[in-house]
Amino acid sequence: MVEHRPLSDFIAYAILTLGIFVVAFPVYLALIASTHDAATVVGGNMPLTPGSHALENYYRAVVVGGARAIREPVGQMLMNSFISAIGIAIGKIFISILSAYAVVYFRFPFRKTAFWIIFVTLMLPVEVRIYPTYKVIADLHMLDTYAGLIMPLIASATGTLLFRQFFMTIPEELLEASRIDGAGPFRFFWDTLLPLSVTTIAALFVIQFIYGWNQYLWPLLITTQDSMQTIVTGIKKMLYTTDELAEWQLAMATAILAMLPPVAVVVFMQRLFVRGLVETEK
Amino acid sequence: MANVTLRNVRKTYAGGFEAIKGIDFDVGDGQFCVLVGPSGCGKSTLLRMVAGLETITGGEIDIGGRVVNQVEPADRDIAMVFQNYALYPHMTVYNNMAYGLRNRGMAEPEIKTRVEEAARILELGAMLDRKPRQLSGGQRQRVAMGRAIVRQPKVFLFDEPLSNLDAKLRIAMRVEIRKLQRRLSTTSIYVTHDQLEAMTLADILVVMNGGQVEQIGNPLDIYQKPATTFVASFIGAPPMNLMPLRSDELKSQLNGDSRLNEAGILGIRPEDFVITSETASGGVALGLTVEAIEKVGAETFVYGTRQKEEQGVAATPGELPPGEIIVRIPGAVGPAIGERIRAVAAGDKLHLFTADGRKRVG
Repeated sequence: MVEHRPLSDFIAYAILTLGIFVVAFPVYLALIASTHDAATVVGGNMPLTPGSHALENYYRAVVVGGARAIREPVGQMLMNSFISAIGIAIGKIFISILSAYAVVYFRFPFRKTAFWIIFVTLMLPVEVRIYPTYKVIADLHMLDTYAGLIMPLIASATGTLLFRQFFMTIPEELLEASRIDGAGPFRFFWDTLLPLSVTTIAALFVIQFIYGWNQYLWPLLITTQDSMQTIVTGIKKMLYTTDELAEWQLAMATAILAMLPPVAVVVFMQRLFVRGLVETEK
Repeated sequence: MANVTLRNVRKTYAGGFEAIKGIDFDVGDGQFCVLVGPSGCGKSTLLRMVAGLETITGGEIDIGGRVVNQVEPADRDIAMVFQNYALYPHMTVYNNMAYGLRNRGMAEPEIKTRVEEAARILELGAMLDRKPRQLSGGQRQRVAMGRAIVRQPKVFLFDEPLSNLDAKLRIAMRVEIRKLQRRLSTTSIYVTHDQLEAMTLADILVVMNGGQVEQIGNPLDIYQKPATTFVASFIGAPPMNLMPLRSDELKSQLNGDSRLNEAGILGIRPEDFVITSETASGGVALGLTVEAIEKVGAETFVYGTRQKEEQGVAATPGELPPGEIIVRIPGAVGPAIGERIRAVAAGDKLHLFTADGRKRVG
């Protein structure tokens, strides 16, 4: 249905523009706030145009830290977030692609049971099993470590389900052709399944990177040292200060910085998505 | 180069369903064997058992003097062409063909020689760097064949390789497959449900139905002397006319034929009728009312109903509704609809079967 009616076009564009404005305005506000000095932001009459303290604010946020020395600079927090988000994304892809391969392509006793056990973990996110998970990580002496940040979040079924669905769309003849061509289970996985899964892997990577990046509760629980906290928990801590005003301009600069890596991942991976969608023929 | 021998081969699924009910046949070295039958008759299952993709639950399959029941597909020295080609979508044409050779540890120069030779035979030379999705259906089909050729296997297995092609291309590829097989003289087993493909390709034709072999033999022999009513109606298009031999009229026409004691069904191929007013000695004459005419240029099909007909030979696939008779006459001149005609078949054109259709008489 392709229609060209100026009025309906105008209304559609107006609604969409309004939507973009509603979504983008807070981000814009954060960006503006990060360019003024503390007094201007706290004063309550913050202008909507950029101020002159941008460089100073970002420099302090990234390298120096807040006024009091209780906080780590953002650079370290960004690094922590980055390591745990990457770790979660890669670890999850690794585990789920292997488990999906096992569930779809191998006939072993209790295969269905195994699949349903994996499936059930969907209903058990970290928030639900937080006490036992904390206990396990604490007993393994993994508090305040990257392993402790990453491992509990790797274990969930979303990726396995995604790969399972994808593997089931791959024609069985491809497996049979591989068998006749002398490819064993490992070669089939490596030579055929993995190259075909690239776009699914990219999709899962984006989802899991952002999921890992945005984790709040779990890092808050298991990190006690400032040097191990992630940027999302760090922002929150910046806003609760005793005896003095919160440094909003630094918090906003941090928020803007915290947004950049996920945006970069989406922008970069989107190319892979689109290429995959265009090239893949089913 | 190898014989393929099947000895009492059976396949029973875990649920107890018996897909293959004991099949014996032998494909000689360099022969082209075609398995033909309606869908669900077990022909693909049988082929996949030869390939090693299905387990064998009874009997033996022997390739080149070696029982292969427990041998992995890759070690059976066979190559298979699938209906949907099963090309690796992420590999170039070259790599698709080279993959199996690489897995066997063949040296790269030797692989190159073989792939280029296959590409030359199949006229794929200009496409070696393309991916399968950039190829047409016929080209993909040829790549799938190329993947089989480069292996230089003892046996080619084809699982309905032409079903995904359009009619014109199918005929062209059919001829190509036959030429290629002659040239390489590699033993081949080919599965199809298309009786025309079966007739034109086969050295040995195996007609299957319900997990059993109905008849094995040279295609023309099978056409001329079908062993059962199933084969009679499955091989040949349009199918053979089958009539119950209960009516006195038919019996009296055949009076004196010694086969009549055993026979219960009379079969006559559409092309064996002549529309004439003369009587054929020892033959059969049927009075028909013309109901429909199909003119296809070189020949004309006349659909008629027998007058005063008794109904009721058990219906088998491809069979006409009881009482309806097809007559094929050459040329484009035929009777008019509603006209009454007399179709006569000579005595040596009659096929007689037992009443259950399971056995040919005479």
